[in-house]
Formats: sequence, structure tokens, C-alpha cells
Amino acid sequence: MSNALLDLRNVTIRFGGLLAVSDLDFHIQPNELVGLIGPNGAGKTTVFNLITGVYTPTSGGICFDGDSVAGQSAHQITAKGIARTFQNIRLFNSLSVLDNVRTAFNLHLEGGFMSAIFRGKRFQNEEARVRAKALELLEIFGLDSVADLPCRSLSYGDQRRLEIVRALATQPRLLLLDEPAAGMNATEKVELMKLIRFTQERFGLAVLLVEHDMKVVMGICQRIAVIEYGRKIAEGTPDEIRRNPKVIAAYLGEEVSHDA
Amino acid sequence: MGIRFAFFISLIAGAVVSYLFTGHPEPSWTVAQLDDYLLNILILMGINVILAVSLNVVNGHTGQFSLGHAGFMAVGAYASATITLLAGKSLLGLLSPLGLMAQPCLFVTALLVGGISAALAGLLVGIPSLRLRGDYLAIVTLGFGEIIRVVINNTDTLGGARGLSGVPPYTTLGWTFGIAVFAIYIVGTLVNSTYGRGFLAVRDDEIAAEAMGINTTKYKVTAFTVGAFFAGLAGALYAHFIGYITPEGFNFLKSVDVVVMVILGGMGSTAGVTVAAIALTILNELLRQTEQYRMIIFALILIVLMIVRPQGLIGDIGKLLPRKKGGA
Amino acid sequence: MNELFQQLINGLSLGAIYALIALGYTMVYGVLRFINFAHGDIFMLGAFSGLYLYNWIKPLTLGWPDMVVAVLVLFGAMGIAAILGIVIEKLAYKPLRARPRLTVLITAIGVSLLLEYLGQLRFGAAPCAFPTLVEPHVIQGLGGLRVNSVQLTVVVVTLLLLLGLRYIVMKTRMGLAMRALSLNPTAAALMGVNTSVVISFTFGLGSALAAAGGVFYASLYQAIDPFMGVLPGMKAFVAAVLGGIGILSGAALGGILLGVLETLVVGYSSFLGIPPGYRDAVAFVILILILLFKPAGLLGKTQREKV
Repeated sequence: MSNALLDLRNVTIRFGGLLAVSDLDFHIQPNELVGLIGPNGAGKTTVFNLITGVYTPTSGGICFDGDSVAGQSAHQITAKGIARTFQNIRLFNSLSVLDNVRTAFNLHLEGGFMSAIFRGKRFQNEEARVRAKALELLEIFGLDSVADLPCRSLSYGDQRRLEIVRALATQPRLLLLDEPAAGMNATEKVELMKLIRFTQERFGLAVLLVEHDMKVVMGICQRIAVIEYGRKIAEGTPDEIRRNPKVIAAYLGEEVSHDA
Repeated sequence: MGIRFAFFISLIAGAVVSYLFTGHPEPSWTVAQLDDYLLNILILMGINVILAVSLNVVNGHTGQFSLGHAGFMAVGAYASATITLLAGKSLLGLLSPLGLMAQPCLFVTALLVGGISAALAGLLVGIPSLRLRGDYLAIVTLGFGEIIRVVINNTDTLGGARGLSGVPPYTTLGWTFGIAVFAIYIVGTLVNSTYGRGFLAVRDDEIAAEAMGINTTKYKVTAFTVGAFFAGLAGALYAHFIGYITPEGFNFLKSVDVVVMVILGGMGSTAGVTVAAIALTILNELLRQTEQYRMIIFALILIVLMIVRPQGLIGDIGKLLPRKKGGA
Repeated sequence: MNELFQQLINGLSLGAIYALIALGYTMVYGVLRFINFAHGDIFMLGAFSGLYLYNWIKPLTLGWPDMVVAVLVLFGAMGIAAILGIVIEKLAYKPLRARPRLTVLITAIGVSLLLEYLGQLRFGAAPCAFPTLVEPHVIQGLGGLRVNSVQLTVVVVTLLLLLGLRYIVMKTRMGLAMRALSLNPTAAALMGVNTSVVISFTFGLGSALAAAGGVFYASLYQAIDPFMGVLPGMKAFVAAVLGGIGILSGAALGGILLGVLETLVVGYSSFLGIPPGYRDAVAFVILILILLFKPAGLLGKTQREKV
């Protein structure tokens, strides 16, 4: 699939003796909402980390929009257009809500260190522009009223949303969400589903969702890939996956997360 | 309102202070008599403020715990002394057409040389230290500080263990105050810019910062370099104030002195460390008669502070509060 | 050739001392994941304990064989240091168990300074003479080799102590608990390991070894002062990192390697073109190199951070 936005071919990674991911073939098209599921320890977060440059594959290739990104550092990959959120929320705890978003604008900042020291007209304009855009983003997600509060004071759900806003500030074309429904109750999950779909449409993104909650995954994903023990065992539409015997077997006897 | 503004207010501040405290209608370029006790304390205060603010860039704002700051101060001190003392006569000769401005020009050159040499040292230290975390980084920076000290100790042109004496007394309160204001302004405004928020992001969560497109390596190296630059300026000021520098004066204990200021003031708070630097200079003076008690008190301050209030006096919270488990 | 062997023996005895101190660092790091900056000062206090103990028991043991007195002084100093180490842990480090490692490091720096300057207050800044516990005489070996009996004693006794340590760690329940705690503190606690007791024991053991190092160092160099622990402490830490922090055999290996390397650099300084004044820089250069190229140490395995 040469017109795929994200293209993983034969990706394998070993940690010492442990084969965490093996021979993974996986693609995402622009504007697709794809889900990645699998039992605990299947390697979902490892795949995430491979795509975002935290890990380097032992073998195989990862291409984003035609460019190889395997082995690049995380910030270089983000610059290419891939952004992510984290399973355990990783906000910048000492900063305000607004500043959390501002930091993510650094990527597209024209002026750097020198500009910040000399503070000319161009710098002033850029600062104002960044602030305005950050507030705009926050407003879309309903967080502009708390912009100056420390991000630690936000509720869990709001923090998750802030993480998404921050990721969006890097102007990605592919957004990776790592278990965004973790810790949410049924109502919050419904909100989340709407939020993800809204984000995808509003910003024209491809989204890769790693999630345990079947309702969320089945509810919004256009396509789902299932991995077990580091290998892809199935791929298809939610309906196909629901009926796939291999998938059922992989989950058989395992507690799939309930609604709260 | 950047560096040009900073220069401007620093110049004004320096001139005003100079006039107020030395009472001449124009800034005098000589250090006041050594029995002008208060003046000396104020100069030391200014130097300590610059040291604290500069270390804060690395330790406080960027969260990279450096224990070798005295090394950068040493580089600045010795490099600037090389200009004024070792090459001073010939350079002054070169500059003589400038008349009265010759000496200040020489001093400015010496200061710049001191700052830039220290910045280069900061670059050299920063680069290998990058991939190290927490306590390892601390020990390595300590090691670098020691290496710098040993190298100076073994270099006869720099006076070796006997040190360099006769460094011309160019430092005045005006210069010190001006540069202190400059440092505070530059660091303070740098950190508040969007670019500057990147430092804090690196401190709070390096992995998340990288994921948001921030080149953490570049930021850490920049922090070290900027911190070292100002430490070098402080060292240069110090050398031209005291007149006699030895490698022992820039040892680990000196680094600890600055670290205490930064911790007391709250890592990451420019205002806090400034106040702490001033307070500790005063404390040092009060305890001057009893050098051993001074260190005992410092040590107790550190121990008690870590248990009771790790965020310092006016602290930003930063890295010193307990964090939730689970990856953050 | 003789010259080389001589230097190696010098290096070995110095290395033995580094190894003893390094073990304390590595044990505490293994169990608590923090660098006990004050460890070098326990080394110093061990030496001073030896001095004071000797002065105290000398009049009580007139006529006793030197060896017996030496052993009493050694074990006495080790005991005092063990208690000191445990007390320091309880007072200064225990309240910070849950805090970030950097906080404790700063506290450790504070404790280190406190010990040094309290020492200066009590003992004075000038070096004190350390008594000769073992009569130094030169032992002629094969081929004209000359070994100082003190050096030989140091190496032999260190070896015995290391064997004793190995026995404790490998064959006793406490040792098992220490190993469990260093591998997985949560699981160890869940399995009924009394974390506090094990930590105290670890500190006590490490401090005792450092004190032994202090007595040996004092016997070799015959003068002690409150700041004698600063450089050996830092170098021993480098040794621990060199061998692989958290790994006991690594600390021993690192200590010996560092001692030998440092001695060789000084001994052959004219040949190498490195002035002997750079002796102290050797350790720090090694530190930087090892952290750049093999941060897990010679015997260590690299770990990845889980995201």
C-alpha cells in the first residue's frame, strides 16, 4: 500500500531474549480511525513506542508518508507528523494548562534561542500568535476557562483531554491514543468516543487507538487489528473481528474490561 | 524587550548603584578600599546572585542536577585573568588610543572571554552528560568540576596550586550589579517565552517533551551552556574583585555553596534563588569568624530542607515533590 | 619487570581499600537506588574510630600480641561504623524513602558535609598520626620482590572480608533478603521481608566494610584527617560504577582495577607523559568514559526504561 500514511513492514523487536513484536505488517491510511487491540502483554504499547521512536525495531521498516522513520528519535518523528498521548497521563505537572499546550508549539516555532533572547518584533508577533492558537485549541475542547490553572488541578477526564490538545498542537497528521478510556466510567467513555471522532473529523487526522474497552473500539473504529504475543492474528472491520474465532480464542477466559 | 533592553537597564542600574554607593558623579572604575566592608559584601552578593541564577537554569529550570558549577566559574576567572593579567600590559598598550576608555574596554573583553570560555566548557560538559539521569549526572558534573580543578592545578602558566595573584581590581559595584540585573533579566524572560517553556518541559517529563517535538538534547546542552556562560562572568568578576585566585577556591565545596542557594531559593524560581543568594551571602558574613560552623549550618540547612520543604523558600514545585507511581 | 610487579602490588593494596568502600556504595544502591554521598565519610570515621579505640585499649592490653590488638581495633572500628551507618540511615534517609532520588542525594551531601565539619570541630583540621597496628617490615619475595607487610596484611584481610561478605549474601537469610530487595522491593515486601531491617543491615554492613578500608588506609599512609574520605569516597564510587553499580563482584573488580590503574598512571607518569598531579583525575576520566560507553559497568546489563 504505497499510498498508506503509516506503513509497518515486517517489524520485529527483541528485548534480550524476549520477542516482543514479530513480523508485524500494518498500515494506516490518511483519515482512517484504526484500532489496535489484544490481550494484556500482547505488545500494543510496544508497537506504539516503535512508531513514535521510543524504541528502534530490531528489523523491518516503518514508513510515514513515504519517509522511513524507524530508528529516528521521538522528536524527529513528531516533527514528521505523528503525535501521541500516554497510557499514564504525562502532562508537564509544574506548568499551567495553557503552558502545556504552548510547549508543544515549539516544534513549529520559527524563532529559537536567539529569538527568545533578542525579543524583536517578529518574536513578539509569534508569541502572540502561539498564545492565540493555543487558546483556540483549548476552547474547542472546552478547556479555555481553566487555561491559567496548574494542569494538576484538572479532573482526570480533563487531563486526558488536555493531553489530546497538547498533542494536537504539534499539528500531526496521525494521532496515536494510548488507552484513553483507562479509568473512565460509562458516561465518560461515551463522551470520549464522541471526542475522538470529533477530533478526527475536525482536524482531518488519521487516528490509531490502542484500547482495552471493546465498546469504545467497536464503537468508533473503522478498522481493527488484533495482536497476540507480538503477532497480528486478525484484521478487519469491527463486525469481522467480533466474529473472528482466533480473536475470540485469544480473549477466551480473559476478563475484558467492563463498563464501570 | 530582549537583550537590547536588558543591556539598557543593566547599564542604568549599574550606573545608578555606582553613583549611590561610591558617591562620585560618574562611575569610578576602582574597587573601593577594602575597609569599605559593606561595599564588598554587596559585590559578593551580586556575584552570588549571578551564580545562583545561572545554576538555576540547569538545575532548576531544566532539571539537570549539576554539581560542577564551580568549574565553570573557574574557567571564567582564569580565562579573564589571562587577558587582564597575563596579556594585560600589551593589550593596554594596544588600546591606549582610547584613553580613559582603554581599561573598561579591556575589562569588557576579559569578561566576554571569561563568559565565552566558560560557555564552551559548558558545551563540553553538557554533551556527554546528556544521556545520564539524576544522580549519575550529578556525579559526572562533579567529576568534570574536579577535572577542571586538577588541570588548572597542574598548569604552571596559570599559577598551578599557588594560584594567580595581582589580578587587576576592575570589578566595581556598578559592574557587578549591572551584570546581575542582566543575568536575572535574560534568564527570567528566556524561561517565560514559548521556547523557554521547553526547558521546563524537559524537567517535568523528558519522554513527553520528546513526544511533543522538543529536542531534549539541544535544550539540555543549551541550558548547560547558558548556565556556564553566566558562571564564567561571575568568575571573571570574582577574579577582578579578590585579585588572587587559586584552584582550591573553585572546588566541590564552592559548587555546593551555589547548590544550596538554588535549593533554598526553590529550583526553578529566579526570584527565589536571588533572595536565597542574598540571604546566604549575609549568613556567610555573619559566620565568617567560624568557618567550620558555617559549613555545619549549611549542611543542616540542606538536610532539614529536604525533609521539611524540598521546594525551597519561594519554590516552583519541579522535581522535588513526591510523584505518583506509574510512569509519570 | 620488578618495577611493574611492585607497582601492581601497590595498586592491589590501594585497590583493596577502594573495593571495600565501593562495596558499601553498591550495596546501598542495590537496595535503595541511591548514592550514599556520605559513605566516604564513614571511611574516615572508621579510621578515627580505630585511632581512638587503639588509644583506649592500649593501656588495657599491654603485653598482648600485636595481632590480637589489631584485630580488636579493626572489628571495634567496624562495629562503631556499622552503628553510625544505621543511625544516619534512620535519621536522615528513612524519612525520605518515598521521595525522588535527587532529594536524598542532596540530603546525603548534607550529611557528608556535616560529618566532615563536625569531624574538623572535634579532631582538628590537621592530620593525626595513626598508630602502627602491625609492624611494618619488608618481606623478600621471589626474584627480589619486596612487599610491605602492611600491604600484604591489607590484601589478605580484605580477601577474608570479601569471602565473609559473600557468605553472608549467598548463604544467609538476611543475604537472601538483601538480594530480593535489590531485585524487586515490592515483591520482597509482599513476601514478608522486613524492608526496614534489611535496609539497616545493608547500611551497617557497608559501613563496617568502609571502616575496615579506613583502618587499612590509615595503616598504609599513617596519617588521618577529617577530609580524608572525600577523594577516596568519590573514587570508590567510580569503582562501583566501573564494575557495575548494584553488583557486588563488580564493586570488588572495579575497586581493584581503579587502584591498579591509578597507581600505574602515577608510577609510569614520565613514560606516559601524564604528570603525577593528575592522579586524582584518573578516576573521573574513567567515570566519564564508562558512563559514555558502557553505563551499566563492566559486569552490568543494560536496562531500558518502560514507557
